[in-house]
Amino acid sequence: MTSIGTGYDLSASTYSPDGRIFQVEYANKAVENSGTAIGLRVKGGVVLAVEKLVHSKLLVPGANRRIQTVDRHIGMATAGLLADGRHLANRARDEASNYRELYRTPPPLKSLADRLGLYVQAYTLYSSVRPFGISTIFGAVDKDGPSLYVVEPSGVFYGYHGAAVGKGRQLAKTELEKLDLASISMRQAVLDAARIIYLVHDDAKEKEFELEMSWIGDETNGLHLPVPKDLFDEAERKAKEALETFE
Amino acid sequence: MDHSPMNWGRPRNDAVDLYGTYPIPQRPYNGSKGSFSAGVQHTQQPIVTGTSVLAIKYKDGIMMAADNLASYGSLARFKDVQRLQAVGDYTVIGASGDMSDFQYIQTVLDELMVDEFTAADGHSLGPAEIHEYLSQIMYARRSKMNPLWNSLLVGGFKDGKRFLAYVDLLGTTYSASTLATGYGSYIAQPLLRKAVEGYEDVLTEEEALKIIEDSMKVLYYRDARSLNKYQVAKITAAGTSISESRSAETIWSFAEDIRGYGAQTQ
Amino acid sequence: MDHIDMQQLKSGEVNLGTSIMAVQFDGGVVIGADSRTTTGSYIANRVTDKLTHVHDRVYCCRSGSAADTQAVADVVHLHLQMYTQTAGAPPSVHAAAAIFQKFCYENKDALSAGIIVAGWDKEVGPSVYNIPLGGGLFRQPWAIGGSGSTYVYGYCDATYQEGWGRDETVNFVKNTLALAMSRDGSSGGVIRMCVITEDGVERLFVPGDKLPKFWEGREVLGAGKTIPIDSGAVPMAVEA
Repeated sequence: MTSIGTGYDLSASTYSPDGRIFQVEYANKAVENSGTAIGLRVKGGVVLAVEKLVHSKLLVPGANRRIQTVDRHIGMATAGLLADGRHLANRARDEASNYRELYRTPPPLKSLADRLGLYVQAYTLYSSVRPFGISTIFGAVDKDGPSLYVVEPSGVFYGYHGAAVGKGRQLAKTELEKLDLASISMRQAVLDAARIIYLVHDDAKEKEFELEMSWIGDETNGLHLPVPKDLFDEAERKAKEALETFE
Repeated sequence: MDHSPMNWGRPRNDAVDLYGTYPIPQRPYNGSKGSFSAGVQHTQQPIVTGTSVLAIKYKDGIMMAADNLASYGSLARFKDVQRLQAVGDYTVIGASGDMSDFQYIQTVLDELMVDEFTAADGHSLGPAEIHEYLSQIMYARRSKMNPLWNSLLVGGFKDGKRFLAYVDLLGTTYSASTLATGYGSYIAQPLLRKAVEGYEDVLTEEEALKIIEDSMKVLYYRDARSLNKYQVAKITAAGTSISESRSAETIWSFAEDIRGYGAQTQ
Repeated sequence: MDHIDMQQLKSGEVNLGTSIMAVQFDGGVVIGADSRTTTGSYIANRVTDKLTHVHDRVYCCRSGSAADTQAVADVVHLHLQMYTQTAGAPPSVHAAAAIFQKFCYENKDALSAGIIVAGWDKEVGPSVYNIPLGGGLFRQPWAIGGSGSTYVYGYCDATYQEGWGRDETVNFVKNTLALAMSRDGSSGGVIRMCVITEDGVERLFVPGDKLPKFWEGREVLGAGKTIPIDSGAVPMAVEA
């Protein structure tokens, strides 16, 4: 962090002499400190999974969800500041609702990601605001089939076959690359997602975490829903087993 | 009485349009109408309209019916319009009156259901909530002198309880074990009451369907804005279902022997 | 006797009295319109083009107030250009019709516009949407509109069949419009048609003196006969 003390990192509306915006880079640090979130775009749909770090035993299980629903067919998982994720989810719902009202058709994820990219980017332009401290994985099944996008704090967004953000993203990406995402089923993707989240979780640094998983596709009639309990339990059990054989 | 939804809320004028055939809506007059008319110029009128909706309670839940016609004045303009709509997993609404306003209501309710779905808070809206929501919308719009020109029936089944209620363009609401809108409230409602009241908990699905079918037939015989092509919705513990379009069997053969209008015999 | 103001248009406004039509067939849609524009009973334009481009493969047929429908078509055109840029793909016919419907419904107090939207898209192929006066949205295999249409509902019901090809559909549109124009004083002039398919839009034209002809016989049969002058009848003798 050689930039500290130079004065170029105090505002998102100021470039450093070599053309960087430090506030955006700091926002990415906020994302890197967060529990991992992954998304898998597979044959019949999309699966989202989150490693939600639980900082206190006093918290109610299931509280502070990091996977949210944007529209019937769109879900999102965030890594970074929880409250920023909530705000972006509300904005995403408004955008989806506006699109529906104008075109009388469910919004394609590409259009939604485009609009949210513009929204997030606007927070990198002014000295009076700070950039979003989140990277968001959006998953949907729309008229063009399953799709997966990631919106970063800078406002850029990319489409992916498999995506990972947060602390364990490097290892998660390596694991995702080993999968034949284009041909595995949604159920298999749920098992793989749970396994990857358990794999990337760092026991040494963080103690507790909760696994959160949702899916959209053939199995859910196109709706974004939590993974049903029986499948969730099976995935979690197999993930723990895989962890023992991995080491 | 004049039952055409086009004339709801306005005095009948036989001098101009004796049979209620005039299809072209009045546009608001843009010139001066005197000192008191300068304010609001809303309260249009329905243009493309649907006629009666019927609904009854029976043993397993609610049964509702409406035909597939959207009229343009006396012109039978659209003949495969669906006037029954499922809202969520527990409710069906049926609409008579202006079809563009009904389409608007459908989009409003769809937006509401998406909002509820995305909240993912474990709660879901049942027929009672949807009816209350609709009544608030309808009353708010009539209070702006710009009503949504519909009569709606809301039928549902949730938590083991049947629900059936009415709401109209004024925000008026009521509930009963048999309900009908428009022309049906005059012609079908007495038939429905006689067949249903007191038997709500014993009528089987087959019996309920027979009552609905008979009433739709009478309406087809007597309502000049009706069509013998209708759908029947069922809302029970198993959820909602809306049938394919069907027709009532009608009888005309007796007319062949009728001669003249009195003493004539050939 | 009280008087109901039958006047639909603002006084002096230009009216598309109009016969318009759109029919879907296997590979596309055929849309058509007459060319008469009137102010009252004066023909303000006898060669109007009521077939309006709103996107590469989506057109609309306009009826009602010329000013209102042009304004709405212009706004929809704008929206569809915006859509194409943001979505990176052409809009569906449904999306275009939904925007038309939105404006017609939300401004129903101020507009007199009856619009038919038709075209071809990648999702569903050919489709026709009717947006009548109140601003409802109805998909139909064929749609007719404007003042002339009321004269030809029966003809369309009796004639239309599913499974037609391009040429049969063009003929159907041409004949229907000619019949409507012959009975409706507010319709007339020439017939303009467009065939919209995946490959493009083809313009067709039928001049006003080459319209298809139907029954034009005498209105009363036997009316030509006159009673012979010398019938042999003799005036009755009347006493003075």
